[in-house]
Amino acid sequence: MILKHLVSANDLTKEQAIALLDTTAEMSSVNDREVKKLPVLRGKTVVNLFYEDSTRTRVSFEVAEKRLSADVINVSAKGSSVSKGESLKDTVQTLAAISADIVVMRHGSSGAAHTLASSDWFAGSVINAGDGTHEHPTQALLDAYTLRNRLFGEAPGKDLSGVNVAIVGDIAHSRVARSNLILLKTLGAKVHLIAPPTLLPKALAAGATSSYHNFDTAIEDQDFDAVMMLRVQSERMHAAFFPSEAEYSRLWGLNRERLERLKPEVLVMHPGPMNRGLEIDSYCADSPNSTVLDQVRNGVSARMAVLYHLAGADRSSL
Amino acid sequence: MSYTLKDVTLPNGKKTNIAVDGDRITSVGGDQHGEVIDCNGLVVLPGFVDLHTHLRQPGFEQSETVLTGSMAAAKGGYTAVHPMANTMPVADNAGVVEQVQSLGQDAGFVEVQPIGAVTVGLEGEKLAELGSMNASKAKVTIFSDDGKCVSDALVMRRALAYVKTFGGVIAQHAQEPRLTQNAQMNEGAVSAELGLAGWPAVAEESIIARDIMLAELTGSRLHVCHVSTKGSVEQIRLGKARGVQVTAEVTPHHLLLTEELARTYDPVYKVNPPLRTAQDVEALREALIDGTIDVIGTDHAPHPEELKACEWGNAAFGMLGLETAAAIAQLVLVESGKSSWERLAQVLSTVPAQISGLTNQGQTLEAGSFANLALIDPAATVTITDGGASKSNNQPYRGMELPGRVVHTIFNGKFTVRDGALAGKA
Repeated sequence: MILKHLVSANDLTKEQAIALLDTTAEMSSVNDREVKKLPVLRGKTVVNLFYEDSTRTRVSFEVAEKRLSADVINVSAKGSSVSKGESLKDTVQTLAAISADIVVMRHGSSGAAHTLASSDWFAGSVINAGDGTHEHPTQALLDAYTLRNRLFGEAPGKDLSGVNVAIVGDIAHSRVARSNLILLKTLGAKVHLIAPPTLLPKALAAGATSSYHNFDTAIEDQDFDAVMMLRVQSERMHAAFFPSEAEYSRLWGLNRERLERLKPEVLVMHPGPMNRGLEIDSYCADSPNSTVLDQVRNGVSARMAVLYHLAGADRSSL
Repeated sequence: MSYTLKDVTLPNGKKTNIAVDGDRITSVGGDQHGEVIDCNGLVVLPGFVDLHTHLRQPGFEQSETVLTGSMAAAKGGYTAVHPMANTMPVADNAGVVEQVQSLGQDAGFVEVQPIGAVTVGLEGEKLAELGSMNASKAKVTIFSDDGKCVSDALVMRRALAYVKTFGGVIAQHAQEPRLTQNAQMNEGAVSAELGLAGWPAVAEESIIARDIMLAELTGSRLHVCHVSTKGSVEQIRLGKARGVQVTAEVTPHHLLLTEELARTYDPVYKVNPPLRTAQDVEALREALIDGTIDVIGTDHAPHPEELKACEWGNAAFGMLGLETAAAIAQLVLVESGKSSWERLAQVLSTVPAQISGLTNQGQTLEAGSFANLALIDPAATVTITDGGASKSNNQPYRGMELPGRVVHTIFNGKFTVRDGALAGKA
């Protein structure tokens, strides 16, 4: 498989998605070695271009790039010419002029990665590390890998058919939800969306296996293998999407009482950072069901896998 | 200058000769005199009148000037344009509207009839000096805060009532601001998928419904700019049936393009109000044909490269329109087989001239009328390649093949466009 860009989870066929999960597994074993290094990106320059603050995603990409021996440059909106009002076009052309091979971009504007990948500003590869409220495809890959690994163990070639996943919370503004909805469906999983009507666009609900405005009804109706809790952004609190944090937590939060009504081995997922006490309580976040730290760990492996395929490497060389 | 347009086809399909002397038509169907210009195969129409143009001067001359916008207008068959008030400084006083009109006269390609702002600085709070603008040399009759909605119901009520003093009209940009905060495209399935903040149809329709009631209450004239949804058409239809003095405008792009284009994330398709669904396009076409919508207004909105060669969310709203409007009108009204050249003459010329009160424009093609004419070769097809005469290049029709070609434009008897090429200063 040769990928040029990874902008949307829609860029991946089922075969490609499975191949990426398989490569993620192999990268994961590299990460367990004493010397966590592969020469795949030696001599290549990767720029992490972050227009939005992000600690975990940027660090995850940086670790992945370094483990593949890339030269890594971090450009953040703060402390660069970006904050002086330079356009995306000029910034990227500058990076192209210093021979960057891959740009990993986080941007606040939906479609920014698409715009960059389809422009003639930069001839290299583009990885979308989150664009506005649109997509975050590497998060979806690491989530899919986490699901496969926790449910089926080492299972090369396996998809997620029949797996029941609930995504709960601010679907409307979540790039994690959009990418997961696409990729999980590609992999054959059943995706159920749970949110108040203010945070669940009808069109996205229509693309899911089912949708609920009531978390408890959903728990009664379905047999979830995993519940993925989305972070509630603070800016939503004051824009009439829901009345109060307390009511949100009461109706759509995951707490011990709800966890006990789910099946004992259910996986509790969260892309982080968590608002403990709001969308998830500490009991659930710290329970053995929680995959939060697995997700962080797998994030590095999944991003290594994406970079590996973008660099045009064949898995047989591993 | 004396000449005869030989063998022109009138909107009703009849072939005739039109003779012009000075700035007037001297005969239709009479003897030839002066230079004889073969117009066999060309449809002659009253010169087009645009009620919704952004010429960007003063203040945004990097996008367009009165001169370059006038040239684009002439190439599109226009003999009059109405530049909107959202310049810098805002055209909210007699000084600015007189300056814009004077720049139009200096350019000389079309009649430039400025629109005045409804409120000071387009801020929606305090009425601009509407009476002074009307009494100025620019004789403003249409007032609009276009780009922004006069959203305060009380201000809108007062503005409607006040312009009755001199028979003015309020042209409303119908957009409920709270429902469209940071809105980027039509709200619906596509916006949900693309993660772009939605601009719901109800934000337009609710303002139109309210304004029709206010026009009824005040007995004043309301013009609704760039109607973009099926529901808006229904509101206007109801208002007209009740006898309210409401007129409505549709843009060429809302008659042709849909929200599906946003999937490219190419900001050339970012416009306000946004491109809507195919069902909306169909409803707008029907409304234009049946008279619910009165005019085509271009909302020609030039923007420089740097405001379009960027991510969608940071790009400016607006697209070019003057040079392609007639082609889209021909496509919708004539090529569709559903209407006629006569209707096209109404929506592009006669009715907008009446709404504005421009007595020298949109006149019947007969002896004594001002020679403001557009001559179109309906059999030609043109593939759009660039932004044309505009100073900007935000051309949404690039690569599309459109029917018809403006061959000649005649403004007060003088050729501003001849054989498709701009004349020197008219």
